Amino acid sequence: MTALAPPPPAAPEADAPPPPPPGGRRKLTPYWLLLPAILWLLVFFAVPMFFQASTSVQSGSSGEGYELTWHWANYTDAMSEYAEHFGRSIMYAAAATLLCLVIGYPLAYMIAFRAGRWRNVLLVMVIAPFFTSFLIRTLAWKHILSDGGPLVGALDALHLLDVTATLGMTEDDRLLATPLAVICGLTYNFLPFMILPLYSSLERINPALHEAAQDLYAKPATVFRKVTFPLSLPGVVAGTLLTFIPASGDYINAKLLGSPGEQMIGNAIQRQFLNVRDYPTAAAMSFLLMAAILIIVTVYIRRAGTEELV
Amino acid sequence: MSAEQAAGVTLTGISKTFGDFTAVQPMDLSIPQGSFFALLGASGCGKTTTLRMIAGLEQPTAGRVMLGDRDVTSLPPHRRPVNTVFQSYALFPHLSVQDNVAFGLRRRGKKQVHKEVEDVLELVELGPLARRKPAQLSGGQQQRVALARAIVNRPEVLLLDEPLGALDLKLRRQMQLELKRIQTEVGITFVHVTHDQEEAMTMADTIAVMNHGRVEQLGAPAELYESPGSAFVANFLGQSNLIAAEISAAEGDELVLRAGDTKLTLPRDRMRATSAASGTKVLAGIRPEKIAIRSRSDEAAVPEGHNRLTGTIKDASFTGVSTQYVVASPWCPELAVFAQNVESAAGLTPGAEVVLHWNPAHTFGLDGDQDADAGTGEDAL
Amino acid sequence: MRVLTFVRRNLVVIAGTLALGYLLLPNLVVLLYSFNKPVSRYNNTWQEFSTEAWSDPCGAPGICDSVGLSLQIGLLSTLAATALGTLAAFALARHRFRGRAGVNSLIFLPMAMPEVVMAASLGTLFLNMRIEFGFTTILIAHIMFCLSFVVVAVKARLAGMDPKLEEAARDLYAGPLQAFVRVTLPLALPGIAAGAMLSFALSLDDVIITQFNSGPSTITFPMFVWGASLKGVPVQVNVIGSAMFFIAVLLVMAGQLLGNGRARRKS
Repeated sequence: MTALAPPPPAAPEADAPPPPPPGGRRKLTPYWLLLPAILWLLVFFAVPMFFQASTSVQSGSSGEGYELTWHWANYTDAMSEYAEHFGRSIMYAAAATLLCLVIGYPLAYMIAFRAGRWRNVLLVMVIAPFFTSFLIRTLAWKHILSDGGPLVGALDALHLLDVTATLGMTEDDRLLATPLAVICGLTYNFLPFMILPLYSSLERINPALHEAAQDLYAKPATVFRKVTFPLSLPGVVAGTLLTFIPASGDYINAKLLGSPGEQMIGNAIQRQFLNVRDYPTAAAMSFLLMAAILIIVTVYIRRAGTEELV
Repeated sequence: MSAEQAAGVTLTGISKTFGDFTAVQPMDLSIPQGSFFALLGASGCGKTTTLRMIAGLEQPTAGRVMLGDRDVTSLPPHRRPVNTVFQSYALFPHLSVQDNVAFGLRRRGKKQVHKEVEDVLELVELGPLARRKPAQLSGGQQQRVALARAIVNRPEVLLLDEPLGALDLKLRRQMQLELKRIQTEVGITFVHVTHDQEEAMTMADTIAVMNHGRVEQLGAPAELYESPGSAFVANFLGQSNLIAAEISAAEGDELVLRAGDTKLTLPRDRMRATSAASGTKVLAGIRPEKIAIRSRSDEAAVPEGHNRLTGTIKDASFTGVSTQYVVASPWCPELAVFAQNVESAAGLTPGAEVVLHWNPAHTFGLDGDQDADAGTGEDAL
Repeated sequence: MRVLTFVRRNLVVIAGTLALGYLLLPNLVVLLYSFNKPVSRYNNTWQEFSTEAWSDPCGAPGICDSVGLSLQIGLLSTLAATALGTLAAFALARHRFRGRAGVNSLIFLPMAMPEVVMAASLGTLFLNMRIEFGFTTILIAHIMFCLSFVVVAVKARLAGMDPKLEEAARDLYAGPLQAFVRVTLPLALPGIAAGAMLSFALSLDDVIITQFNSGPSTITFPMFVWGASLKGVPVQVNVIGSAMFFIAVLLVMAGQLLGNGRARRKS
């Protein structure tokens, strides 16, 4: 019947000229719409960066004020004095990011594929902790990890504290005021930032792809390795960045859950800025932190990009 | 279906329920090896669920699935020698065409897959696109990749879940012929799920028409079309006129029916109702293209022995090869008639008094206590 | 044996549930200790069950003022950030113009920067300009960091919207303004609402940026908790933390039920 019908004529729109360029007034519309937001960000985000840049090469004292003297030594001094803080910040943030990935992936996977009609309830439960202030929850961790608490008792009984102690993560059979406590706090606080992007990239995977892989002789573990995980890589990259960047600049977890031996670069910046009022050093450290993050993130995205992303 | 042919797939007492909903009622089905078998039905009739149970993607609530003489009921999908062409193709978006095609071979531990992949891509005429990603292909090309990805594994049975649904009409026709060619070439049992009766009739050797989780009728396409066993099959496969009637007498090989004051006859062996006793309510069926239409003034020309009905033309639409009439008669408000545009249709315009007639051998009889509209309209989508 | 099979089949669910427990445990502890009656200023050992703090949530001096201030700043900064952010999102999603890439990165940057860096640089600006730290500086800072989140939320919603809908409205005799008010805005509303809720939550809970940009007399609720953490946290902090949790969860649930009901009625 219709199989013999001639092919339909080519769509006439294909050769039609593009719509006439919008008039002058319309051309300006996006700029008017953007103006207030961009102005705000320029004045209160971009300009402060320049002020901070200039402050970072000033010298003087908090009593007499600071002057621009192109004092580059602020950078080298900050580097040598706070090298340990920098190292800890990167280490703790990296450890927390890894833990977030390991803890968050199963939960994101469960919500995306196994939750059925509970999906929305579970998503609310992931975001729900946010509704209680971040500080209050971190204080609750102080409570949970406290010496003589049930958690320390349980871990001690299982001799797990000995294991973490040999790894240098805990000391003297306690959890509070150890690197482990700070890392756990960071992991906890940024976990939802890992789960949500993971979930949204997992949720986008067509379940028929899992079935197709099974149909093509892949065992459940192979389905995950060859199909699910590669397809969730954009979520993994987004989640790790959203966790690593804020974690590396955080000082609240180190302050509340750590001892002076666990202070991170954020603590140093906060102290220099708010207590010592040594603004040039604080500014130099901020820039160093930014530079470090920039380098790490660039390298990371390059590496992640070479794997087969969609 | 001949009994001596070896069975490729055998379903015994298989059924599937989801909570309160019964998707597939207990049924037995035997699919001959090497055949092109179609499961035809409207959406929600259980055809896809049946397919998924063969693939192992769904566990049957009861019953067994056999491939050849091997019971595979409890095997997970990755251990069954069965492959599927999925409805939306389910191509892996992160893998190239050749990696998609090689997926199954690699999972089964094959190291040298290049030759086989190349051959199968040649078969589906996609050789030059091997390195592309699925997103860079057209719908028809994606469909071929899905097919190649499945048949490269030489499965015992290939399952096709509405594989042509996403293609436009012209491409669909082309792929129908292509699929048929490939099936003949590779000789694998194809089980094809579709809601498109034309597609099923074009391609399949055997069709099982499914409705509400049951197989309504099973047979070769022509057999189903010429002697449907139920109102659903009569309406779902093509179009039928079903006239409510009553058996009034049996005369030799023929049954005489009465619809109002009109007498109709049909061969006794085309009667599907359980009883042939006088007074039994039946539906007398006739396909629209089997009916001849002529003007009332021309009634004398109706051949002797033909069934005849009188009525008024309500609507006439010209479709090129034929003209489709809707005729209102006292015993049936809307009779469809397809008349080939061979002779002049002068005077056959809406409002005209006409007489319809057909060879009684084309009449089929169905049980009278079913809905004469089953399988039409929304039900059929 | 059977237990082992169950564990293997449901490994993901077990691990996921444990992760959920990890997320919710602190909230549980906060709630539990809101019913405590500590003997000293330190609410860290369980003494006895009491609803004293719940019946007098403002009992700790200054706490309710700080909550009030937080709500005030939260509302104002949400309002401003939502307005500015929505306009910008419309420009980015609906127009092609010169400098679009630059604008996009300026909006993206605040989200990709550790808070402490932004906090210190904005503080430096205020110091240099000799602007006194207080309500205004906090508000400015909060609008600044909420803005990007609103833009992203609204832009995502607009990107998923068919521009043909506006054309259809124009085709059906709606003027440009009517098409916007009757079609575009209602469809963008969920994105705008999401952005507003996010910025309210961010503002309400912010510590780091607030700490660098607030004066001695402007104490937001998180700053109050920060101060209290150094000298002993009153039980009322747990009460308010738990109350905020329940109110927010109830609001979200109510919103979902409302949405579900509407969807059901439509279908």
